[in-house]
Order: sequence, then C-alpha cells, then structure tokens
Amino acid sequence: MLELDKLSIHIAHEMLIKKEVSSEELTKAFLERIEDVDEKTKAYVTLNGDKALEESREIDKSGDIKEYLAGIPLAVKDNICTKDLRTTCSSKMLENFVPPYDATVIAKLKDKNAIVLGKTNMDEFALGSSTENSYFFTSKNPWNLERVPGSSASAAAVAASEALYALDSDTGGALRQSASFCGVVGLKPTYGRVSRFGLAATASSMDTVGPIAKNVKDCAIVLNAISGIDSFDPTSSDAVVPDFLKSLESKPEGAKIGIPKEFFGDEVAEDVKSAVINAAKTFENLGYVCEEISLPHAEYALWAYLAIVAAEASSELGIYDGIRYGYRAQNYEDLKDLYKKSRGEAFGLEAKWHIILGTYLSDDKYYDKYYLKAQKIRTLIKQDFVAAFEKYDFLITPTTPTTAFKIGEYAGDSMSMYANVMCTAPVNLAGLPAISVPCGFAQDMPIGLQIIGKAFDEAGILQLAYTFEENTDYHRKQIVWKEA
Amino acid sequence: MSYETVVGLEVHVELSTKTKIFCGCSTEFGKEPNSHCCPICLGMPGTLPLMNKSVVEYATKAGLALNCEIAEFSRFDRKNYFYPDLPKGYQISQYYIPLARNGYVEIESNGEKKKIGIRIMHMEEDAGKLIHEEDGSHSLVDLDRAGVPLIEIVSEPDIRSGEEAWLYLNNLKTILQYIEVSDCKIEEGSMRCDINISLRPEGSDEFGTKVEVKNLGSFRAVRRAIEYEERRQREILESGGKVLQETRRWDEARGITIHMRGKVENRYSLEPNLAPVIMNKEWKEEIFRQIPELPDAKKARFIEEYGLPEYDASVITASKILANFYEECVKYYHDPKTVSNWVMVELMGILNETGQGIEDLKFTPKQLCDMLAMIDKGTISGKIAKDVFREMFDTGKSPEAIVKEKGLIQISDESQLESIAKQVIENNPKSVEDFKNGKKKALGFLVGQVMKETKGKANPQMVNEIFIRLLNDE
Repeated sequence: MLELDKLSIHIAHEMLIKKEVSSEELTKAFLERIEDVDEKTKAYVTLNGDKALEESREIDKSGDIKEYLAGIPLAVKDNICTKDLRTTCSSKMLENFVPPYDATVIAKLKDKNAIVLGKTNMDEFALGSSTENSYFFTSKNPWNLERVPGSSASAAAVAASEALYALDSDTGGALRQSASFCGVVGLKPTYGRVSRFGLAATASSMDTVGPIAKNVKDCAIVLNAISGIDSFDPTSSDAVVPDFLKSLESKPEGAKIGIPKEFFGDEVAEDVKSAVINAAKTFENLGYVCEEISLPHAEYALWAYLAIVAAEASSELGIYDGIRYGYRAQNYEDLKDLYKKSRGEAFGLEAKWHIILGTYLSDDKYYDKYYLKAQKIRTLIKQDFVAAFEKYDFLITPTTPTTAFKIGEYAGDSMSMYANVMCTAPVNLAGLPAISVPCGFAQDMPIGLQIIGKAFDEAGILQLAYTFEENTDYHRKQIVWKEA
Repeated sequence: MSYETVVGLEVHVELSTKTKIFCGCSTEFGKEPNSHCCPICLGMPGTLPLMNKSVVEYATKAGLALNCEIAEFSRFDRKNYFYPDLPKGYQISQYYIPLARNGYVEIESNGEKKKIGIRIMHMEEDAGKLIHEEDGSHSLVDLDRAGVPLIEIVSEPDIRSGEEAWLYLNNLKTILQYIEVSDCKIEEGSMRCDINISLRPEGSDEFGTKVEVKNLGSFRAVRRAIEYEERRQREILESGGKVLQETRRWDEARGITIHMRGKVENRYSLEPNLAPVIMNKEWKEEIFRQIPELPDAKKARFIEEYGLPEYDASVITASKILANFYEECVKYYHDPKTVSNWVMVELMGILNETGQGIEDLKFTPKQLCDMLAMIDKGTISGKIAKDVFREMFDTGKSPEAIVKEKGLIQISDESQLESIAKQVIENNPKSVEDFKNGKKKALGFLVGQVMKETKGKANPQMVNEIFIRLLNDE
C-alpha cells in the first residue's frame, strides 16, 4: 500500500525508476484517494480519471519515465486551459467550455509525460479569497473542514494528497494564500518567468502560473519544467532559466534578509506575527542577518491592487459575451438584451462587482483620479522594492494576515476579505517572485512564511526556503481530519 | 452670414501584410467564412496577442510617407465595447501614445497648393463582418477579417470643401499604393472613411458642433456627403437652430445623411499584454530607405526629364504601375509626349472600358514602342495602329505578327493609290465640284473614300497629296 501522505515528487520518481510502483498504480492510488476524501474537501470540479489511467498505462508500457515528472499525477487549477478537458474558471459562463488547446504550461508537462488527474475549484475567474465565489460549490480546508482552503482548491488537493502537486495561478496571492492556508509550499514566479498562454486572464499585468507542492524541492522540479520564454506569450521573458533543483545543492551564503514592518500591522494576527518572527530567529540562528526595514508605500498597495485588478478584470471579462462560446441566455429580445442576459445570468456577484467597479475606474472621466493614481502607486511600490533589494537579498513577511478563516465568516463583507491579500498583492504589483512555506500552526491551522526575492531570483528564494525547511518540521505535520 | 465648412477625415486603411496583426492567420479574403480564424483571433480564454513585426514596419513606412513624426515609444490600448463582430469585447488600438503624429498630405486645387495636416496615425486591429439575414431572424458572424491590421489616419480639421476632401483622399490613396502598404480598395473595404464636419461663421476661430458621418462607399460619396451636410447644417444655422452632436449615416441611394446615434463615449484601458513598440533610429532609417519616389516627386521629375505637360505628368504618376510602364516605354522610344498620348488615351481608355488592371497587361512596353516605330516608318497608319493596339491588348501578340497576319501593311504604292483616287473622283463629282469651289472639307471626304476602299490601309499622307495634284491638274 502506497503511503500517499508521505510521498513527494522526487520519492515517487525514484520508485518509478526502481519499478517499485507503476504509473498506473500511482494514478489509481490518487484517484482512490480522491474518491475517499474529495466529498469532504470538494477540491475538484472535473475529474479526468479514465483518461489519466489510460495515459499512465501507456507511459508504463513505453517505459518513458526518465523525466522527473513522468508518470506522476497532478491537479490543475480550473483557469488553466486543458485540451479536450473542460475548463470552467468555476463560472457558469464556462460551465461547458472545452478548450481546443493546451496552456503552454500544460503542453510542457504533457511533454514530460505528466498525468492530469483533474481540474480544481476556485473563486469564479480567480476573484476572491475563499472559493466561496465558485459557481459550483465551496471547497473545504482539509485541516479543518469548516474553514476555507484559500482562493484556489488545488492547495487543498495537494494537502489532502489528492494530487502529488498542482499548477496554480496567482494574481494577487491566490496561489501563496491557498498554500499558506493548507500548509503546503507554493511558488509564484517572477512575472514573465512562466508562460501565461492558456491561463484565462483575471488581470493580465499581474497573472502568473506557478507550482504548489508538498515541499520546496518538488516546487523546484515543477518550476524547472514550466519556466522559460514562450512565443505564444509576448510578456514571457528570455531571462536565463537556471536549474532550480540543482540550485538547492548550495546555500544562500551571507544572504541579508529584510523584514518590512508594514506587513506586521494590526490586521495581522498575533500568532501569525510570532510565527514569522520565529522564522526570522531560525534564519538568524543559521547565521543570516535579519533587519527590520520599511516599504513606505506598502500601506497603499492593497487599494491600488484592487483598483487595477477591477479595471483589468472588467476588460478581460469582456471576452465572455455569449456570442462565440460559453453561456448564452435562452430568451432575449435583441442584441443588447442578449449581452445583458447572458452576462447577467452567467457571472456571479464578485465578477459583476469587479466589472462595474473596473468600468467606473477606467472611464475617461475618472481615469486620472483613480486608475492613473493606482498605476502611480504601483510604480512607487516597485521602487520601494528596488530600494530594499539594493540592501537585502530577501524579504520575509507573513503570507496571509490570519490562518484560514471560517466559511461564511465574511459573508456580505467582501471588503474585509480583501485584506487577506495585503501581504501578497504588493508582490504582484511589483512582478516579483515569492514563495510561501509552512512556518507554524495556530489552533492547528497552518501559518505561511512568505519569502520575496529579486526579479528572476526564484533560485534564491527556493534556496532560502529549502534551508528553512531543512531546519524545521512544519511541512512534515500530517493532517488530522476533523469532521465539519 | 456666410459660413466656413470645417472637415476632418478619419481614414482606416487595411495593411496588406500576409498575416494578421496579432496571430499567424492569413489576411486573405473570399474563402469560406471563418476559415482564417484561430483561438487568438476568436478571443478564447488565455490567448494572447502576438505582435506582427511587419505591421509595425508597414505602418511606420506609411507614417514616414505621410510626413509624420514617428514616436520612438508607442503603446497599445484597448477600446472596450460590445458588438458581435468584435471577438474580445475590446479592440486593440493605440489611443494614448500612437505611432505617428503631425504629418500632412499636400493637395492642389485651382493651381494652389495646400497642406492637409495629419494629427495622428496609429495601428489597430480590424473587426469581423456581420451578415444579416434578410428576414431579420438572425445574423451570422464571419471573423476572417477580425485581426487584419489597420492604420487609422486622422486628419486635422483643415479641409474646407468636398472637393478638398476628394483631393486629399486621392492623394492619400496614391501615396499608400506607391509605398505598397495597402491596395486601398474602397469598394472592397480595404480603405474606409468617416467624416467629421461642422460649420462656423466665416472668420471665426472656434469650431462649431461637429457631426460624424459614416457609411461612405466611395470618394465620390465622401464629396457628396460633405456637400449635403454643408447645406443641411447651414439651413439649421440660418434658421437660428442648433446643430446636434451626433453620428449620421450616408444614404447613397437617396443622397442624404440620416441620424444613426447620439454621442458615444468610448472606454479605453491599457493593453497589458503587448510590450511598447520601440522604434529606434536604425530601424526607422532602414524603413525610410524602403520608401520609393513618391507621386509628387515623380511628377516633378517627369515634367523636368521628359518635358511632359503638367497634366500628363499628373495623370501618369497617379498610379505607380502606370508610371513605371510609361518610363519603360520611354526607354524604347524617342518622343516622350507621343508615348504619353498613347498611354493616356488608348491604354487608359481600354483599361477603363474593360475594367482590367494595368498589372495584367499582356503586351510589353517594348512592343508598344515597336508599334510606334512602325507608324513612324510608314509601315502602318496611325488609324490602323489603333486596331493593332487593341489586338495586342487582347492577345499579347507582337505588332509585327499582327500586321503580318492581318495584312495591315500600309499601301504606299503611288500608282496603285492614284488609280483608286481617279476612280473616287469619277464617282464623286459633287465633292470634286465643292473642292474646286473652295470647300476644303470635301478633300477629307475624298480621302476617306480611298481609305474605305483600301480598308484603312492607304497611306493617308500620300492620298492627300495625290488628290491635290490630280484636282489641281484638272
């Protein structure tokens, strides 16, 4: 019997190579786990079971498992397009949408013989912090089924061993926040490091794709597979892609770590603060310099972020008009009515809120007052980071101000819920890489440490995260299922 | 009170690149609807625009040929609106920082030269096409045109009449065709024009309320619509009314404009997926070097080099292919004016008549010149030459072969012509009488009879001389 909870990509790979397990057995084991626990977590929107098994058998037959991810099953957030596999963005709008193409990240993984188990739930079009905005259902946090899993259920799927790793997306923090809430590791790469082709846009200037896995090493393996310039993404970068896995063989010698005080305000829970302070102590004990610093404009980041996301999302969601694909209202009187009803019936409240706010903010009349101002704040925040990175190699902060909150806790008060991305969104505004690693527990709920790095220094943050992981046990703690 | 007409034109021109502006789909038309579409031009989730470098080059070339300043840094924006022919809910265009500004096109009206300013010229993507069922039950969407590259050329409000607009459009079209960035076929939609027109009291510096006019299917329609709007707005103003700011539609059949919609405010936002266009000096110079001699320069040179009248030079240089054809002919023939006559009268006449393009000519400039030489040598008459020319046009055969095949060689045998002339004199005593009474016209009639008798092959010069000799001898 496979112990899925103790498995990781590199262990599974070794086992496949040594023929201790076949890809089919591995895939079957995960599908069985999904069958056992997904009724509790509700992580998956669509399963790819038969196809996944078929592919695993083919891989076993061909014996083509030399690549790290070959024959190993993963979960994919449902805003990443998968050819011939329904991709809904957890919206009624795309309930029956089957893309005729793979996202570049999916094509890259398929090329390495990876096996897609299914698509995971999310807030509709990635707008929200809890999956409560999903058209289908709310997913649960496996550590406590009364609590939310974050904005994307793929972290819950990995935490509950319903997949060995996942591909996720991060616009204002979804990937890191979900990883933090579910006690797993999530890496948001530098904007441009990983192709966005095939990632349904929420806000193109901030959207990124990255891995969620059980440990730092697994994140490095996945990042190796998905990074690099893509001719289908004009914003992808030609920056040299180092071997992230190999980079873990060395330590970030003499690294200086900055701790921005703006990320430890009143919104941040005391136990979260102390977990991050403890992490800083761990680093100090290992000989790294940790100093308090200031990112003076960080306090405006959340509002600038919300304005930019709303403005961009209102335009991005314009592609869903009921004409070419997606939901179309059954009864309408004329063209205008077709648009109104199709969009009105298919978009959820949060999407509508963003569309209305974003349309207002980017209107010619208010452009200078709000949108342009938000863009200026964005520039100032970027400059804050640049200045900080002249002196420091990394910044550490909490990933989220609190541990996973209760389902329904912010019902009718989404403004308060937005504060959840206060530590992650500034990183998206600046386009920098960041990783969330488990750094403690509060009332048995995981706490995440965010390590922010210089642009394109994923190798650095992986090294520092790996060093932390090697010297702590948080990532080894097993879930004790608590019934809701 | 007298009013001044103030017109600005917004011209959209499709660039003739092989592929669309943001994907690899072909820009070709006339295939099955929706046969040149991919997930990118269909606006499917997660797809991103990929900049076609040729579009930047074509557009820069156009900007330079229109005397514009080319921005070293320009950017793309989204114009957000919903319409079924627009696949993404937004059109990718350049609103805040366009590629080119501050250019001009020169026109000449009644011998006076005038510069029509170009405020901006920017790149954008075209929308698709709607096909409405006649019974109104439904409409079909063809997205083959969606994503075809366009440049929008916005003029300054420098145009003062329908005629000036017409001249501006013609010159603009000629320039763009010269630099080979577009075929500029207004009837096929590869060149489109909207009018902004207002009236103001003569001498005023302020602009009146402007009306936009759309749906103009030809340059002539533009001219007529301006003239119609001039009258309509003047009548409103003269009766003390106010012109409404609106968009009107030109109704070609009725020759009037009709209310279409009120003022619309567009919503623009940044296009975050496309990097700014950086046009550095080297690239710009490389593109500049590709610009050929433009119509005005060519016209001046033709007047200078070939001694052509200004009219001839204008007509011939209005089309680059025609001008090239002409210059090729001049290499083989000594008299440029004779060539220009043949090109302007016979060649352009037959092209107009048949609707054929000069690029599809079956005969060569050398062959046309061989024919002119045959006239000079007296091998054929000028009249016969016109028949030979038509045959060359139809078949592409050489003039020598045609003349030989059809036996069109001129009769220059003195005795043969004299005997025919004598016969004609005998048969037309009245004309002979008229001639003797001083009616010079009668000579023409007699010569014509000889030509008729010889099926046009007689050497008219010789026949003329023979008649004068014979009749004066009598």
